[in-house]
Amino acid sequence: MQRYLLRRVLLALLTLLAVSLIIFVMSRAAGDPRHVYLDDYSTQEDWDRLTATLGLDKPYYHQYGIFLASALKGDFGESIKEGRPSTEVIIERIPATLQLGLAAFIFSVVVGVPLGILSAVKRGSVLDTIGKMVALVGQSAPVFWLGLMLVFLFAVRLEWLPPYGRQEISSIILPAVSLGWFYAAANLRLLRSAMLNVMDSEYVKLARAKGVSNNAVIWKHSLRNALIPVLTFAGVTLGSLVTGSLVVETVFAWPGLGQLAIQSLAGNDYPLLQAVVIVFTLMYVAVALLVDIMYAYIDPRIRYA
Amino acid sequence: MAAEATLVVQPAPAPIRIAKKAWQLRRWPLIPMLILAIFVLTGVFAPLIAPHDPERGGLRERNLPPSWEEGGSSKFLLGTDHLGRDVLSRVIFGARISLIVAAVTLGVGMGIGVVSGLAAGWYGGWIDEVLMRVVDIKLAIPTILLALVLVLALGQSFMIIVAVLAIAVWPRFARNVRGEVLQLKTMDFVALAKVAGASTPRILFIHIFPGVINTLIVLATLEVGIVILLESTLSFLGAGVPPPTPAWGSMVSDGRDRLAVAWWISTMPGLAIMLTVLSMNLFGDWLRDRLDPRLRQLN
Repeated sequence: MQRYLLRRVLLALLTLLAVSLIIFVMSRAAGDPRHVYLDDYSTQEDWDRLTATLGLDKPYYHQYGIFLASALKGDFGESIKEGRPSTEVIIERIPATLQLGLAAFIFSVVVGVPLGILSAVKRGSVLDTIGKMVALVGQSAPVFWLGLMLVFLFAVRLEWLPPYGRQEISSIILPAVSLGWFYAAANLRLLRSAMLNVMDSEYVKLARAKGVSNNAVIWKHSLRNALIPVLTFAGVTLGSLVTGSLVVETVFAWPGLGQLAIQSLAGNDYPLLQAVVIVFTLMYVAVALLVDIMYAYIDPRIRYA
Repeated sequence: MAAEATLVVQPAPAPIRIAKKAWQLRRWPLIPMLILAIFVLTGVFAPLIAPHDPERGGLRERNLPPSWEEGGSSKFLLGTDHLGRDVLSRVIFGARISLIVAAVTLGVGMGIGVVSGLAAGWYGGWIDEVLMRVVDIKLAIPTILLALVLVLALGQSFMIIVAVLAIAVWPRFARNVRGEVLQLKTMDFVALAKVAGASTPRILFIHIFPGVINTLIVLATLEVGIVILLESTLSFLGAGVPPPTPAWGSMVSDGRDRLAVAWWISTMPGLAIMLTVLSMNLFGDWLRDRLDPRLRQLN
């Protein structure tokens, strides 16, 4: 167990290190970083001061060390557009992203799980067909297009929901549905096939032969076992919901980290971009790590593999 | 004796179920294959099929609705966009971009994946350790974010988009090939080839590689959809093949702020993406059931 944990933590740290290296190389490859901060009106002293802070007169590995050391302290420099520390800008944006991710997660479970169970139990029924449609659309429609179509239908035509922004409570519905649909589809497919598998197994047949009621067979004997792959997937989902927000937040002008990332990309706001990318990766990696550790506790097979 | 005993104990398979399953397997996914054929043909013959120049518009013909809507003209079947360009022609040429990007990306990604997978599986040791950790790290970094950063830093061009997408797809190939090689290299025919004096490259490419091909085909078909979605997402976010080249994602983006006045600008290219990816997925599922029985699921 300890070896497994150690390995997972090391891998997470390695991933973060790799990302920081990619970002560092990118920022240097894009040109002299001093041009990002300074303009024609800066004095020679400004140039010299920045050269010293960034260590530009030193070899690259030394510069990377400086970059890494200040990143560890949470210092990514000032955002060019906002004129204040990037970390500050980012912290303001985190709640909106978490809120959206959570709402999308709830949607994916509330829609995917019951539909998955019902389409397995009532195989070939209308419900099964509906489930199939939901799954097919969710796994092949691009998220950004799905979002726009929902806006067109529910905001432009029916005028039931706001098309973008985060002013009203109902604003979260459309972005959460667009973000969560793909995962609802995945949950549905996973649960349906797991349920069918379990319901075909010997112990369920035995339970039926013993005269256990249909409901008990479905809810007690089958569902509990069929939920394992769904739980596994739910863990994976949490991490990618965070990054899925890149696209959805752009479509719906949702003021979270994803929108900030795209804005900093479009505006060449390097210090901010570096910080956003690191924070995104940190969230992604942290969630994956937590989930892995949880599984190791739940499922002993993982620990000893 | 033991063999006989198991023969007796084994329950007779339900013949009807097996027949049904066999029939379902033999049945070709006709509609998806038809859509894919249309996709490939329009992509290849785009200049011959498209009724108009996809990059030239007319100010008089801006935001014209599709022909079946009021005010639409039969000259522009799916309407025109905000610059008066024919949406149908742009969708047709968009198929070409998606097709080329998907083909080149998968070619490059699969190549890297196969070579590193073969090396990792065959040599084991530190080569395996290093390659698989790189795969782990790649899978732990959010793809779209990495792609966006790379495109921004390296510049926006066709080659760079393909390179970025290839980086996104190779790990899965590498991991699967490695797994297969680990299994195949314990086989007798590999040992025999070694005894016969075959060189390592010969064993890898003549003896082991053929055993991996089925998995590769299935994986590649399933990855096409992912690549098309990724490419369209990048171009939607403005980091795809640079305009005015008509890519499906950027076309959806063009119509974003015009949903109320011209819904078709975004809707049509999005439908094209969805139909293509959907057909590819259905075709891939079918192919997986045909070629790789181990992955077969109850459906």
